[in-house]
Amino acid sequence: MAQVTLTVNGKQRTAEVEPRMLLVHFLREQLMLTGTHVGCDTSQCGACTVLVDGRSAKACTLFAVQADGSEVTTIEGLADGDALHPLQDGFWEEHGLQCGYCTPGMIMSAVNLLNDNPAPSEAEIRHGLDGNFCRCTGYQHIVNAVQHAAGTASKE
Amino acid sequence: MAASPVLPKLVGQRVKRREDPRLIQGLGTYVDDIKIVGMQHVAFKRSDLAHARILSVETSEAAAMPGVEAVLTGAQIAEFVDPMPIGTPFPSPDHRAVATDIVRYVGEPVAVVVASDRYLARDAADTIVIDYEPLPAVVDPERAMTGQPTQVHADFENNLAVALVPGGTGVSADLQTVDDSAVDAAFAAADVVVSQRMHNQRLAPTAMEARGVVAHYERGKDTMTIWSSTQNPHILRTFIAGMNGMGQDQVRAIAPEVGGGFGAKINIYGEEYVVAGLSKKLGLPLKWAEDRSEAFLATTHGRDIIGYIDLAATRDGKVLGMKLRLVADIGAYNMLLTAAIPTLTMMMANATYDIPAIRATLTEVFTNKTPTDAYRGAGRPEATYFVERGMDILATELGMDPAELRRKNFIQPDQFPYATQMGAVYDSGDYEKALDLGLKNADWDAMKQERDAARAEGRLVGMGLAMYVEVCGLGPSSSLPTGGWEHSQVTIERDGRISATTGASPHGQGNETTFGQMLADQFGVPLEHITIHHGDTGVVKQGIGTFGSRSQAVGGTALHLAGGKVKEKMAKFAAALIEAHEDDLVFEDGRISVKGVPDSGKTFAEVAGYAYVPVPLPEGLTPGLSEEAFFEPANNTYPFGCHISLVEVDRDTGEPTLLRLVAVDDAGNLINPLIVEGQIHGGLAQGIGQAMIEEVAYSEDGQPLTASFMDYAIPRAADFPRFELDNTVTPTPVNPLGAKGVGEAGTLGSTPCIVSATVDALSEFGVKHIDMMLRPEKLWQIIHGGQS
Repeated sequence: MAQVTLTVNGKQRTAEVEPRMLLVHFLREQLMLTGTHVGCDTSQCGACTVLVDGRSAKACTLFAVQADGSEVTTIEGLADGDALHPLQDGFWEEHGLQCGYCTPGMIMSAVNLLNDNPAPSEAEIRHGLDGNFCRCTGYQHIVNAVQHAAGTASKE
Repeated sequence: MAASPVLPKLVGQRVKRREDPRLIQGLGTYVDDIKIVGMQHVAFKRSDLAHARILSVETSEAAAMPGVEAVLTGAQIAEFVDPMPIGTPFPSPDHRAVATDIVRYVGEPVAVVVASDRYLARDAADTIVIDYEPLPAVVDPERAMTGQPTQVHADFENNLAVALVPGGTGVSADLQTVDDSAVDAAFAAADVVVSQRMHNQRLAPTAMEARGVVAHYERGKDTMTIWSSTQNPHILRTFIAGMNGMGQDQVRAIAPEVGGGFGAKINIYGEEYVVAGLSKKLGLPLKWAEDRSEAFLATTHGRDIIGYIDLAATRDGKVLGMKLRLVADIGAYNMLLTAAIPTLTMMMANATYDIPAIRATLTEVFTNKTPTDAYRGAGRPEATYFVERGMDILATELGMDPAELRRKNFIQPDQFPYATQMGAVYDSGDYEKALDLGLKNADWDAMKQERDAARAEGRLVGMGLAMYVEVCGLGPSSSLPTGGWEHSQVTIERDGRISATTGASPHGQGNETTFGQMLADQFGVPLEHITIHHGDTGVVKQGIGTFGSRSQAVGGTALHLAGGKVKEKMAKFAAALIEAHEDDLVFEDGRISVKGVPDSGKTFAEVAGYAYVPVPLPEGLTPGLSEEAFFEPANNTYPFGCHISLVEVDRDTGEPTLLRLVAVDDAGNLINPLIVEGQIHGGLAQGIGQAMIEEVAYSEDGQPLTASFMDYAIPRAADFPRFELDNTVTPTPVNPLGAKGVGEAGTLGSTPCIVSATVDALSEFGVKHIDMMLRPEKLWQIIHGGQS
């Protein structure tokens, strides 16, 4: 077992983990932060995306021990109290989700996308979300949601 | 008295979803989020051979690992889990949840481990050693039909799961006599006959949440609670009770948040039986969470039907007759609805056309592959694909515009209800209207000019069009072995808020919103005062589930009827309280009052409170406001539409790009156009995925070649242009809402119209048809190999 200390959603956490424990399982099963989902086992789908030190990362691709000393933000830590993050608001307003399973990871990737590029074009949004799969929406409302958050929604 | 706020009517409005606040904050509870004290984890050891005899299963190392609670072989599981039932009347081979003697596809369970931790359970499963005697495997269904090179099930000669079902003109109701004279005459009279073999390839449904089960048998109460990522908890309850020797009153099935289904979560799976049965046997709460690689092997696949189509027509484009021979590769076993799915392809072979004579036949074949079952569209995309591609091939042969050929053959609006050659009775339709709107929105003639201008520059650009009609709102009980009704209970609580239940169990469809909209309008109360309960047999008394685009048409109608009943009773209480006649009352803006005299009434909550403390009790009434309704439609519904696409193929690489997708869909009356749009977008994405990038592939010896997202492509955001949607509205007479259903529509027209556009793009190479998926290499061969 190895000891890890990391800050998750602003709270410092110290735990004993198996060295092989994936960060996503550590978040879900030890910290009970089940908003981060697992959609595949090959790091393709992006359902497990969180922010590690402010950058999006697939939490199934990292061991918990690799995140030692890091600051992790999960979907549960994105809203500011009762005030939704603009991307959460965008997904709600634009019907950017159906079953909701990919949504936390999709939103966390979009956070990273808008951090890098606050006013992306539609093509930049579509390419920027390349690492996140959604099987429900056909992505159009997701694109709208990101545009809504970025304030770049075209008048339709 | 404070003025009541005026409440807008919500049905027909783009109301944003009530489900979303929890889901966008990571606060939804999916199966794998559930933890129970003492819960153990289950892992399955699966076959890595497609066909083999099990000689021995060595479990001692696994059993000795600290933390391992139990290890069981198929034979041990068979002691308490019976062969699995199916939901269709077709003959079916013995199917064990965990194989006992022979494995028939890669991924079939062979042994089960129960351990304290999910990593440990998997480690232990990995130590199990199975000694197999490999047997020849068969993956080609047409070869399998010759009985070569192997027999998948001893009792099914030539691997025929369903030997041959005839359908269409001249087939007697009992299928015993087949009169070919009308079809033969049609073909004899034809100026032109076109023929084509096509494959509607195997797909992986791929809900983003794979399957999962938590089962908790409580010995003291002799009850079972099972949480499962399922589309139909009530059907699950029925089967889990039956398989565990329990009454349905003793089993509670819960579908919590369900991360997509797409048809693959209708089936009741072996893992559900095993986890429930083991929980009862061991007296422990158990969890199994499928991982993605398992899902590609062990969750049912969809489609995989070969179609041979012949169309007979006059020189001016009137279709006189059609022959359609279908061979369905159903994989290794019959699952819940497996054998029934290709029958829907038969049923919808008439498409949108008034074809005087049709002969269809269906054969279903066992192979050493993962079993198939429903996948979004389930049989109808296949029918649409075969017929629409056939129509395009005919249009090319005749030198006709594909739109004009279709126009010439449509069933006309005054022919509805229309009894098809295939035995369906289409409820309502106006196909030409959808076609015209599609052509207008695509600007068909300008699109042609754009295509031709691009070709003049040497680019390979093509356009395609497809019409579709599907069967939804399933359906009368005569067509569904589970029962074809839906159930709802609407309760006005003592405080004037509304609780309603629905047997339609959503997994992304947004019923909490749409059903809430309906009740808000029906009772004139705020949406926020309504809670829709679903997906829990302990709360929702009865139900069938969500599939076949039936939530709104069947479940929504049951809700509407239950609401109507309770409203009638509430009006009687209100009439007594207000001293008015119940027929004069209106429910609006949170009040019940005499029509035209808003001040005359009482608040909704006041009347509700009175109904629960009825002093005095009005004559003829009983206390309380809670009513239920079952609704069974007399017929299915038949939504339709027109999809048009523009595709460019890169001459150097063969890579196809979808430039435009124009869709006109008619789902009847819409409750929430925003949600409908989302449903169509998602369906289009899957239909386009099938045409362009998705395919489950096997090696010749039955090894899956697409068992992870590294090898099986599902569409990503950059694969699509912005979809161009529109709709026509042709209400159905089948239910009082006039709603037809929309969940699957997008998968029907998009697929053939993209293949047709691609064939059109490559027309200079003389190609007539290209089987899906449209792999760049395949297109490159056509461009550079000079063959089709």
